[in-house]
Amino acid sequence: MSELLAARTQMGLSLGFHIVFAVIGIGMPALMVVAERRWLQTGDKIYLELARRWSKGTAILFAVGAVSGTVLSFELGLLWPRFMELTGPMIGMPFSLEGFAFFTEAIFLGIYLYGWDKVSPRAHLWAGIMVAVSGALSGLFVVLANAWMNEPTGFTLVNGQLTNIQPLHGLLSPAAPTQVIHMTLAAYAATGFAVAGVHAIHLLVSPANAFSRRALRVALLIGVPAALLQPISGDFSARHIAEHQPAKLAAAEALFETRTHAPLTLGGWPDMAARKTHFAIEIPELLSFMAYRDPAAEVQGLDRVPRADWPNVPVVHLAFDLMVGLGSYLVLVGLWVGFLAVKQHEFAVERRLLQALALATPMGFLAIEAGWVVTEVGRQPWIVTGVMRTEAAVTPMPGLGYTLASFTALYILLAFVVSRLLYGLIVQTPTDDEWHRQYTPTARIRA
Amino acid sequence: MTSGTGSTPQRRGSVPEVTLADGLALVIVVALNAYVLLAGADYGGGVWDLLAGGPRRVRQRELIEHAIAPVWEANHVWLILVIVLLFTCFPAAFSRLAITLHVPLTLLLFGIVLRGSAFVFRSYGNIDDRTQRRWGRVFAIASTVTPLLLGISLGTIATGRVTGGSEGGYHAAYVAPWLAPFPLACGVLALALFAFLAAVYLTVEADGDGEVQEDFRKRALWAGAALFGAAMITLIASGDAPRMREGLLQSTQAIGVQLMVAAAAITALLALWFRRWRIARVAAAGQATLMLWGWALAQYPDLLPGTLSIRQAAAPAATLELVAGALALGALVLFPSLAYLFRVFKQR
Ligand code: HDD
Ligand code: HEM
Ligand code: HEM
Repeated sequence: MSELLAARTQMGLSLGFHIVFAVIGIGMPALMVVAERRWLQTGDKIYLELARRWSKGTAILFAVGAVSGTVLSFELGLLWPRFMELTGPMIGMPFSLEGFAFFTEAIFLGIYLYGWDKVSPRAHLWAGIMVAVSGALSGLFVVLANAWMNEPTGFTLVNGQLTNIQPLHGLLSPAAPTQVIHMTLAAYAATGFAVAGVHAIHLLVSPANAFSRRALRVALLIGVPAALLQPISGDFSARHIAEHQPAKLAAAEALFETRTHAPLTLGGWPDMAARKTHFAIEIPELLSFMAYRDPAAEVQGLDRVPRADWPNVPVVHLAFDLMVGLGSYLVLVGLWVGFLAVKQHEFAVERRLLQALALATPMGFLAIEAGWVVTEVGRQPWIVTGVMRTEAAVTPMPGLGYTLASFTALYILLAFVVSRLLYGLIVQTPTDDEWHRQYTPTARIRA
Repeated sequence: MTSGTGSTPQRRGSVPEVTLADGLALVIVVALNAYVLLAGADYGGGVWDLLAGGPRRVRQRELIEHAIAPVWEANHVWLILVIVLLFTCFPAAFSRLAITLHVPLTLLLFGIVLRGSAFVFRSYGNIDDRTQRRWGRVFAIASTVTPLLLGISLGTIATGRVTGGSEGGYHAAYVAPWLAPFPLACGVLALALFAFLAAVYLTVEADGDGEVQEDFRKRALWAGAALFGAAMITLIASGDAPRMREGLLQSTQAIGVQLMVAAAAITALLALWFRRWRIARVAAAGQATLMLWGWALAQYPDLLPGTLSIRQAAAPAATLELVAGALALGALVLFPSLAYLFRVFKQR
C-alpha cells in the first residue's frame, strides 16, 4: 500500500469512526431533552427513567466521541502537515469556534450526567438544552471547514500560497448552507431512527412495554421529520454541486459524457476505462430535471474534467445510490408512521411497522457514511478543490502502514467493546409490571 | 528571532515589541497551563489508581473516580484548544511538530483514547467485576503512559530539534529527536508533576474521610520528593537542550522564576506536612504554573527554539485578529460555564 493510500485510508477510517459518535452527540441530547421535558410537563415518571437510561449510554458514546475527535485534530497534522500549513489560517477559524462549542458541550454534559441530584430539575433540563445546542454547533462548525475544502473562498492564490486571506469569507463557502443543513438533518434522522429501531425490536418481543413505547414515540418525533426533510435538502445539495462541483456530481451520477436530456443512472458498474456504466437502470431525462428543473438541460459529464482529475467513479456512484436508497426507505417508513399517527392518534401500533422500523435501525448511519464518501472521495484528487492536491499534502514520514494498522486495531477494539456495553444497557430495559399496567394493553397492537 | 546584528530591536535579552502573535502565543500557554492543572491531575488520578494499595484500596479508587468523572471531558478540551490555536495561528509550527513528533504524538493519542474510553467503560459499563477491573487497569496504565509522552513531546520542542525535516533516514528524522535524555527526563518530570498535583488535590477531595486523606497526604509527600528528583535529573540532562538551559539559568529573570518555583514547592510540602490541605493545593498549582511559565519564558520569542520564532510562524494578521475576537467572545461563554461546573461539583 502506498504511503498516500495509507494516509487516506487512515483519515477515512478515523472520520468514519468519529462521525458515528459525533452524530449521536448531536442527536441523543435532543432526545433526552424531549423525554425530560415530557416528564416535567406530565409528571409521568417513565419519561424521567427514559432520560436517565439514555444518558447512561450517551455518556459512553460521548467519551468515545471526544477521544476519537481528539485523534482527528492531531491527525490533520500528523497525516496532512502541508495541508494544515497552507490552510490553517483559513479553516482554523471554524475549528477555533468549534473548540468553544466543545467546551460548553463537555461542561453541560458533566452537569447533565452527574447533576441529577445536584441541580434543580429546571436547571438540569437547561443543561440538557445547552448540550443539544452546542452539539449541533460543533457539527456546524466542522462542516463549515469541510465546505471550504470543497469550495474554497476568501483568498487569492499566488504560486500555490494563499494570500490576501479573509477568514470570515472562508467561513461562508458557497457549499456551506447545503452541507450544514443536510448534515444536521442527517444527525437527527440517523439517531432518531436508530433509537426507534432498538425500541421497536424490544416491542416486538414484549409489545406492552410502556418504557419502550414512550422511547419509540420520542425517537420518532425527532427522527421522522428530519428523514422526511432529508430528500428535499439532498436535492438542494445535488443542484448545488451540479453547478459548483460538476466533477463530483458527474461521478455520483456516473455521467461520463456531457449531455442534454441526461438520464438518471441507478446502480450498475461504472467502467472508468470504457467510460460507460454497465448493468445500470436509466430513467430518461430525470437527471437533467433534477439538477436544473428542465428535462432538456445540459449536465456536465466527466469528459469536461481532465482524466487526471477524476475521482474514483464506481465508489462515488455506488455510495451515492446507497445513500439515496436508504434515504428513500426512511422516507417511506416515516410516511407510514405519520399516516398512522394522524389516522389513529397513535404511534406505530402495527406489528409490520415495528418490523419495518427494526430493519431501519442502522440505515441512517449507513446513509451518513455513504454520503461522506460521496463528498470526500468525490473531491479527489484534491484535498482543497483547485488549490492543493491530496498527494502534495501528505506527511513525508514513511511507514504509515503501521500507524494505519494500529489505529484499525484500536477502532475495532473500541467498536466491539462499545457495542457490547450498549447491548448490556439495552437488554436491561425495564419490564416492570407497573409500567405494563400504565400503558396500552396488548390488544391495541394489531398483527 | 535571529540575534547578531546589533540593529535588530528584538534581540535576545532586549525587550521586544509585543505583537498580537505574542498575545496569542500567550493564550496558548494559558490553555496549556489550564490543561496541566486540570487534566494533568486527572492523569495523576489514574496513576494513583494504578498504585492504589493498602487496606483502603477500594475507597481510594472510588474517591479518584468520583473526583474525575464529572470534569475530565471538560478538562480535556483545553488540549483541543491548544492544538486548534496552534494550527490556526502558527500553522508552520504545527506542521513541523506533526512531522518530527509523529511517533510520540501517535502514541500519545493511543494513550488519550484508551484512558478516556477505559474510564467510561469501567464506570458505565453494565459489566461483571472482572471486566470492570480489567478496564480499570487499562485506565490506570494509560493515565501513566500519556503524561510521559506529553512530557517527551514538550521536551523535544525545547531541544530545538523539531525541524520538520526528513533528512538522514527514518531514525535520524523521526526517532532520534525525541528518544534522547532531555525529552525523556521531561517525560518523567511531567509524570511526577501530574501525580503530585493529583495527590494534593485528592487530600482536599477526601475531606470527611480522614484515613483516605492521610493516604493521599503520604502519597503527595512521596510524589513531591519524586518531583524534586525528576527536576534535578531534567536539569542534569539539559545539556541536550542548551538554549533551554541557558534560558532557565542565565538571566536574573529566569533565576527569579526558579526561586519562585522553589518557594511554591516548599510551601506545598510544608502545608501538606501540617495538614493545611487548601494551602497545599494552591501552592502545588502555583508550582506547576511557574514551572510551565519558566519554560515558556526561556523560549521566548521562539516557538520552536533556534528554528522558528513566534513571528516567523504567525498566520496573517487577518486570521490573528479574528481569532483574538473569537477568543474574547468564547471566553464570555466559557468562563461562566466553567465556574458553574466547578461550583456544582467542586464546592470543597
Ligand atoms: C441520514 C443520512 C442521509 C440521508 C437519508 C441522505 N443523505 Fe445525502 N448526505 C448525507 C446524509 C444523508 C451526509 C453524510 O450528511 C452528507 C455528506 C456531506 C454532507 O454535507 O452531507 C451527504 C451528502 C450528500 C450530497 C453531496 C453534497 C456535497 O458534497 O456538498 C448529495 C448531493 C446528497 N447528499 C444528496 C442526497 C439525496 C438526494 C438524498 C435523498 C434521499 C440524500 N442525500 C439522503
Ligand atoms: C465525519 C464525516 C466525514 C467522513 C466520514 C469523511 C470521510 C473521508 C474519507 C473516506 C476520506 C478519504 C478520501 C479519499 O482519500 O479517497 C476523507 C479524507 C479527508 N477528509 Fe473527510 N470525511 C468527513 C468529514 C470531514 C471533515 C468535516 C473534514 C475537515 C474539516 C474532513 C477532512 C478530510 C481531510 C483533510 C481528508 C484527507 C485528504 C483527502 O483525502 O482529501 N473530512 N474523509
Ligand atoms: C476533521 C474533522 C473533525 C475533527 C478534527 C473533529 C474534532 C473533534 C474533537 C476534538 C471532539 C472532542 C470534543 C470534546 O473533547 O468534547 C469532537 C467531538 C465532536 N465532533 Fe468532531 N471532529 C471532526 C469531524 C466531525 C464531524 C463531521 C462532525 C459532525 C457533523 C463532528 C461533530 C462532533 C460532535 C457533535 C462532537 C461532540 C460529541 C461527542 O463528543 O461525541 N465532528 N470532534
